[in-house]
Amino acid sequence: MSSQLERNFVEMTGRMTKNEAMEEANRCLYCYDAPCITACPTSIQIPNFIKKIATSNMKGSAMTIMDANPIGASCARVCPTEILCEGACVLNSSTKPIKIGELQRYATDWAMETDVELFEKGESNGKRIAIVGSGPAGLSAARELSRFGYRVTIFEAEAKAGGLNAYGIVSFRLPNDVVDWEVAQVVKLGVDIQTNTRVGVDISAEEILTQYDSVILAVGMGSVPDLGIEGEELEGVHDAIEFVKRTKMGVLTEDLIGKRVAVIGAGNTAIDGATCAVRLGAEQVDILYRRTEKEMTAYQYEYEFAKQDGVGFKWLTAPKRIIGDGAGKVVGLECVKMKLGEAGADGRQRPEVVKGSEFVLEVDAVIKAIGQTRFVPFIEAFGLQHTNGVVDIDETTMQTSNDKVFACGDVVFGNGQGEAMVVTAAQQGKDAAYIIHERLRKPSGIA
Amino acid sequence: MADLRIDLAGIKSPNPFWLASAPPTNSGYQVQRAFEAGWGGAVWKTLGEPILNVSSRFAAVNFNGQRVAGFNNIELITDRPLEVNLNEILETKKKFPDHAIIASLMVEPQQEKWHEIVKKVEAVGVDGLELNFGCPHGMAERGMGSASGQVPELVEKQTYWVKEVARTPVIVKLTPNITDITMTAEAAVRGGADAVSMINTINSLAGVDLDTWNTVPHVGGKGAHGGYCGPAVKPIALNMVAECARNPLVNVPISGIGGISNWQDAAEFLLMGATGVQVCTAAMHHGFSIVEDMIDGLNNYLDDKGIASVTDLVGQSVPRYSNWGDLDLNYNIVAQINNDVCINCNKCHIACEDTSHQCIDLYSESGRPMLKVREQDCVGCNLCAIVCPVDGAISMVERKSTIPPMTWNERQSLISNFTR
Repeated sequence: MSSQLERNFVEMTGRMTKNEAMEEANRCLYCYDAPCITACPTSIQIPNFIKKIATSNMKGSAMTIMDANPIGASCARVCPTEILCEGACVLNSSTKPIKIGELQRYATDWAMETDVELFEKGESNGKRIAIVGSGPAGLSAARELSRFGYRVTIFEAEAKAGGLNAYGIVSFRLPNDVVDWEVAQVVKLGVDIQTNTRVGVDISAEEILTQYDSVILAVGMGSVPDLGIEGEELEGVHDAIEFVKRTKMGVLTEDLIGKRVAVIGAGNTAIDGATCAVRLGAEQVDILYRRTEKEMTAYQYEYEFAKQDGVGFKWLTAPKRIIGDGAGKVVGLECVKMKLGEAGADGRQRPEVVKGSEFVLEVDAVIKAIGQTRFVPFIEAFGLQHTNGVVDIDETTMQTSNDKVFACGDVVFGNGQGEAMVVTAAQQGKDAAYIIHERLRKPSGIA
Repeated sequence: MADLRIDLAGIKSPNPFWLASAPPTNSGYQVQRAFEAGWGGAVWKTLGEPILNVSSRFAAVNFNGQRVAGFNNIELITDRPLEVNLNEILETKKKFPDHAIIASLMVEPQQEKWHEIVKKVEAVGVDGLELNFGCPHGMAERGMGSASGQVPELVEKQTYWVKEVARTPVIVKLTPNITDITMTAEAAVRGGADAVSMINTINSLAGVDLDTWNTVPHVGGKGAHGGYCGPAVKPIALNMVAECARNPLVNVPISGIGGISNWQDAAEFLLMGATGVQVCTAAMHHGFSIVEDMIDGLNNYLDDKGIASVTDLVGQSVPRYSNWGDLDLNYNIVAQINNDVCINCNKCHIACEDTSHQCIDLYSESGRPMLKVREQDCVGCNLCAIVCPVDGAISMVERKSTIPPMTWNERQSLISNFTR
């Protein structure tokens, strides 16, 4: 059985064959001032990398991708390409868009398998940078800074580097070896990644601030907050982030086989939780959302994917109480029907309880996916200004209230600031690196 | 249903599509399969003294993933005994009396050798002869093929020898490996040729292997030039056909050969003066069945145009082919971009900006990218329309000139009258 579960978590989509890649690459028009480049947050020179595939210049193709995006192999798999590069492809208006994501995977897979050296570290300039967090933003910043000649140390609380890519994106979309390779690329450039190192426990914020010339905060977001209802402590109630993380760590338990699961929330994390539950053998998985299909925040392709996996959707439904048995295990979820009322301050219609509509779903597990908490104490340990846990930054310089500290990635996402995409985090990491380099290489005014 | 029958210098066939003398017409088995598929005629793989072939013979040139844009071969004439070929011709002709079988011939430039082979092939009932003065490789090193086809006197003399004994029509197949093909075409006509066919293959080396540094193809590490054909050579062949068609001294029918891949190519050759066409590479790439669309497409085209017989197409465009000095210097076309159809790949802009006359402006109109031609700077080069990937986005439109037509030649003669 466990080997079946393992198979369930193997990457779903295959790689293009050489023939497919050549045919697709040759279909690219090689536009001038191509809109796909503009649509890519990391501005990959897409027509160039595709042309290079067509001429069998695979190293050049992989370099073009990875130069612009240090986690280009991951992004090839997780980017919502239909709203980015492929959505901008001019062929949408005539035939069908180029499969840019798949071609990007084809080129980066080549680099992974040949293990060719793509980049070199710059000549040392003696300056030291600390980066907290080794996710997309942290890795990207580290890679660029190392190429400029900085000595970079990344502090990572987890046992493995990679952040969200290592722990938060389901394996069947992003396998570990892709993330490991991207991390290894950065380590090869001399970046020191100190895993199992918690800032505030193993090293203090003050130490970091005094020992390094500049600091980048790229810690992302935390766990799923409590629902604030009765029964959350019961056995069988999971935090979606932790739930996905366990599968990424290879812990595929058999306790959900044949079970009924309710997932609370309708964002991309909820979809991840639901599809992981299906792959762990759950018989019935339902996503409960207090608003409707129209308001759900999951990408369209994630929604389609969940439906194909057999996940059910219960719209206008909110959890009221988790019901346990005598042994403290989940046996049911009391729900209440909702309706959409007046628009709230954010412009979205507020869900309102329909009185007397309570009903009970018989479930064996509940997965919470209603957002993520913020690392507020941590942000405050660095003395940074923030708004509800979102670090305040100058969006052009990524600079925080401390001019030595820059922040990027999910830690700056929220309240209308930034974007939650992996590829945006990568670009912000690059931006932070460029700004730091620009600041630090300028001769001081005194000298 | 239009009438597709042709009569090329007395050789009749049910349609204008013949297989050229080449690997597809190597045996009776193949030619019979071709006739069953619908080919109107076949020029049998060149007969002569049997030769030895090498292994590794063909190579193709691919372009942007498109296979066989061009084709190169170093195979020689038939390597089967003459008697075997003659028996199979006899048998095939019996089975397909209404299809044309033409014997391609190549022997050393000696009168008795030509007499001997002509008599032998005519005895088995061929409908015509094609003298191979074109093969550029191998045989040319032995003084045959293009080696004799490049010398007008040898073309004339050998044609004459053949005509001394031939009872069937004689087609002289010309090599393109010559500065002016009309010189050898005229020589063939002087020798008494009933028709000319062109082009044979062009001297070529398909490529070099970037890993082994061997030629492509190579024979045990060594290469030699081959003959080039396929879609890439069509414009070269079409021009040579047209040059012969408009030459009053080449007053015999032309069998057009060179990169003809479909009915459209065939129709172009007919319009440019060919009475029929010969095909090889397209059949080698796709098999004999491609003739089905050639016949069907040509038929529908003729019906659409209200043309009763395919022979009515022959030569229609020849009077429109001329010398550069006869072109109107005051004729004016400009590019026009339809932004509703345009998909904004901007290829026209960069092509014009980098490599032509810098007259396509890229700008933004209420957030939408737009392209516009500055007509006063457009020279009507067509480059933008050529690189545009979408039909209907760029049209080349005529702008009436304010001055009357005048060609370079007219201008020069006016000037000389004036200065006299």
